[in-house]
Amino acid sequence: MTTQQELLAWVREFARQVTEHRDELTALDSAIGDADHGANMARGMGAAVEALHADPQTTAGGVFKKVGMTLVSKVGGASGPLYGTLFLRFGTAAGEVTELDPAGFAKAFRAGLEGVVARGRPEAGDKTMYDALAPALDALDESLAGGASLGDALRAASAAADAGRDATIPMLARKGRASYLGERSVGHQDPGATSVALLVAAAAATLG
Amino acid sequence: MKKLINDPADVVVEALRGMAAAHPGLRVDLENRVVFRGDAPVRGKVGLVSGGGSGHEPMHGGFVGRGMLDAACAGEVFTSPVPDQMVAATEGVDGGAGVLHIVKNYTGDVMNFDMAAELTSAKTGVEVQAVVVDDDVAVQDSLYTAGRRGVGTTVLLEKIVGAAAEQGRSLAEVAGVARKVNERGRSMGMALTSCTVPAAGRPTFDLPDDEMEIGIGIHGEPGRRRVPIAPAKDIAEMLVEPILADADFTAEPVICFVNGMGASPLLELYLMYGEVAGLLEKAGVRIARSLVGSYITSLDMAGCSVTLLRADDDLLGLWDAPVDTPGLRWGA
Repeated sequence: MTTQQELLAWVREFARQVTEHRDELTALDSAIGDADHGANMARGMGAAVEALHADPQTTAGGVFKKVGMTLVSKVGGASGPLYGTLFLRFGTAAGEVTELDPAGFAKAFRAGLEGVVARGRPEAGDKTMYDALAPALDALDESLAGGASLGDALRAASAAADAGRDATIPMLARKGRASYLGERSVGHQDPGATSVALLVAAAAATLG
Repeated sequence: MKKLINDPADVVVEALRGMAAAHPGLRVDLENRVVFRGDAPVRGKVGLVSGGGSGHEPMHGGFVGRGMLDAACAGEVFTSPVPDQMVAATEGVDGGAGVLHIVKNYTGDVMNFDMAAELTSAKTGVEVQAVVVDDDVAVQDSLYTAGRRGVGTTVLLEKIVGAAAEQGRSLAEVAGVARKVNERGRSMGMALTSCTVPAAGRPTFDLPDDEMEIGIGIHGEPGRRRVPIAPAKDIAEMLVEPILADADFTAEPVICFVNGMGASPLLELYLMYGEVAGLLEKAGVRIARSLVGSYITSLDMAGCSVTLLRADDDLLGLWDAPVDTPGLRWGA
């Protein structure tokens, strides 16, 4: 079982990682976007951690809804609504419980992915966060179905997210500001897929 | 970077404070960064809300007032506002006849306005419709891009739709006029120099002294191609030709709008208008109305854009109706 305290640790670890990788995310975004992904994610997750400190939540649903609402309110651009929706749907699916079993965790995470799809309508190969998130959750489900522990399944998911992130490099962007570049977007790693890989790595580091 | 600023982090809110001081007829909500008409909400009138990243002034805040917008949300420079701001604006202009969101087609703007519309309806039940402006012919409109960007037509649309709402037309009718203007408008822009975002402190892109970018967006996004600098008459051709190739403008008269990107003087914009008007006459396009000046800008970028809008009698009547805003004012 994953406790609400462990889920909080995941949120804090993700905030720490996007802050540590702020300049890398911004550099990736300046190549094919508008150079604000690192600053926006660090600012947004910092605000989310502060909001959870100021208004502590006692359930998994409460934690992730708080994170989602804070990102929607503070970040702007495209990453605010996309990450905000991911966490909001995660929280709604997790529900007002104090702990999640591995299947419940995977189901809530997938609800988050479905939120991202509803909001941004990405497809595989569009060179977006979806290209890291979808393979990660497939790996998570597959490992759990094979009897792996949540920790092992999350490590498999993290490896799949990293591979998905790297696979965005040769892709031609079909969504967002990067799509205006056409062929010139090829050869650059997608910043959104990169921050998703950090999210899954943070889960592997803190849960299970 | 040489700019008339204090701290780069405070540019947007300090500019809004100055706007409030300069235009006592407006109500500026500094907390939510929303510029309201002083008399909003107007009972029985469809409320018009727009917004976007800052750095395009006078759009959108400068277009708030009688005959145009009821409220405008100001995001950070070149960054979409967040849904909280749009919810505050929507609630603040709801006069009981519904609210129309006017959204430029950028991924962030579209998603944030989407979320705001969902949140507002869930919270208050106000009827919200949205129209997305996508008129930039420099971008291929296909499944493989985010679609065409919203640029110059936005200015003409906010004026025309503002007049339709002022006449008391219903939300469905006002939204219909907005969609019609968007379908009939096309734009193409170019840059002589880059812009400098205050928080970045250096030019967004490098453009050598002897080159220009054709098909530029209003955030310094790349254009169709980079070419050697050319005389104005050739630049006019490079802007007008792709517009006329994209849609037929000979069947009805047009509103012709030559817009400055922020750092090009009116002297050059009028010179460009003369070139554009000459090309249109040769192409059999009749100009019914004109607008020349810097209305949808890209900070301190030098350059211009051309927008053509195919107009019928209804649209021309709405264009001529009185408007009283900091950015556009006639008949008032």
